[in-house]
Amino acid sequence: MIMMSVPRFWRKQIARYNLVGTHCKQCDEYFYPPRNVCPSCRRGGEIEDFKFSGKGEIVTYTVIHTAAEGFEGMTPYVLGIVQLEEGPRLTSQIVGDAKDMYIGMKVKPVFRRLGQSGERGMIYYGTKFVPA
Amino acid sequence: MSVGIVSYGVYIPRYRIKIEEIARVWGDDAEILKAGLMVNEKSVPDVDEDTATIAVEAARSAVKRAGIDAQRVGAVYTGSESHPYAVKPTSTIVAEAVGATPVLTAADYEFACKAGTAAIQTCMGLVSSGMIDLGLAIGSDVAQGAPADALEYTAAAGGVAYIIGNRESELAAIIEDTYSFTTDTPDFWRREGMPYPEHGGRFTGEPGYFKHVTSAARGLMEKMGTKPDDYDYAVFHQPNGKFPSRAAAMLGFSKEQIRPGLVVTRLGNTYSGSCMMGIAATLDQAKPGDRIFATSFGSGAGSDAFSITVTDRIEEIRYSAPGVEEMLADPIYVDYATYARHKGKIRLA
Repeated sequence: MIMMSVPRFWRKQIARYNLVGTHCKQCDEYFYPPRNVCPSCRRGGEIEDFKFSGKGEIVTYTVIHTAAEGFEGMTPYVLGIVQLEEGPRLTSQIVGDAKDMYIGMKVKPVFRRLGQSGERGMIYYGTKFVPA
Repeated sequence: MSVGIVSYGVYIPRYRIKIEEIARVWGDDAEILKAGLMVNEKSVPDVDEDTATIAVEAARSAVKRAGIDAQRVGAVYTGSESHPYAVKPTSTIVAEAVGATPVLTAADYEFACKAGTAAIQTCMGLVSSGMIDLGLAIGSDVAQGAPADALEYTAAAGGVAYIIGNRESELAAIIEDTYSFTTDTPDFWRREGMPYPEHGGRFTGEPGYFKHVTSAARGLMEKMGTKPDDYDYAVFHQPNGKFPSRAAAMLGFSKEQIRPGLVVTRLGNTYSGSCMMGIAATLDQAKPGDRIFATSFGSGAGSDAFSITVTDRIEEIRYSAPGVEEMLADPIYVDYATYARHKGKIRLA
């Protein structure tokens, strides 16, 4: 069971649904998840929203056999670090058979269920990746 | 003023289960079932797919196909009999995920297998009246059939989205007219909180499917003064292969006319997506000027009939998003245990 408050998920919902992050116009760096302040330029930075295409590749990955509560039904599943074309890296589930995965594999985003707060709670939707 | 289809998008999950595999578990004769249903296999959702994720994928595909600015979408209606929430719209999830929020109206529809075509009609009305610029009408389902029930052999997963508009230059197909036939007929239902639907067995045939489909189809042709020969293609709601084939024959449509849209043999019944999937598969190969006759059916019961003419614009948008054949290609076959797991039929603790 994902124990996340409804407002906490909702605040970053657009980022999870549509891969919306941020971009610093000052130093041209891209951020996902979105940052409100550029860590390099600090107060000199100029942050704007940026929608990523979602094209990227697997930097590394692991296969989960012993899942956390709420994810037992999905094992074995692949958890990977994906580097987006624009630069940022994010952790995401990679949908597909573990034996087909390799480092450097091109991926694209899909809209999936990320989890739910038990049978009565909210269902969390967002982006996962599949082989491109 | 014309109204019609600006774009469309389809989504079918990658997994399939064969009729033989389901029959093996329940001790049924697969050959008799396949011959009777005219269905060989059905689609199965992934463990993290549901009506909302399928609706989003179909809607995104529709937006992409015609290169639509999603902010122009003024209404989102999602038809399904398997909305993930009992209360909390699927349509708001779709609207957010395609980038159509916040200036739009949205609601979920439920009318067994015809909720999606009811959404198309609503969007036609809103667009024609000038209330909205573009409307997004979706039929999406992860259909449920109780284990060992006849429905389990066909209840499939998939979704189709249509963007409805009225700017002549944008229309890939003109919807010339629509006609509905609706009565209170209890051929199929699911009570609040129940996991699987109940149905009237053979009662679903004559007083349900055939009466409504043929009445709506004949009604539209009488209203328009058309006949089956005037159409290049025809699509009828496909809960199995047999019903639409028989309805076509009853109305005077040929096997050739229904062939491109008859995808149920390799897909199963995608409920709210069923008739809309058949229209999409037909649009995938229709030429400018072709006419398509389509009639949906939803238990409970009602039918929506449509007369559609394809325009030159279809050629420009055809290959910008995956078609039905592309979505049906390269399936991953699963056994019954995996299917049961994907469908949440196995409870963990």
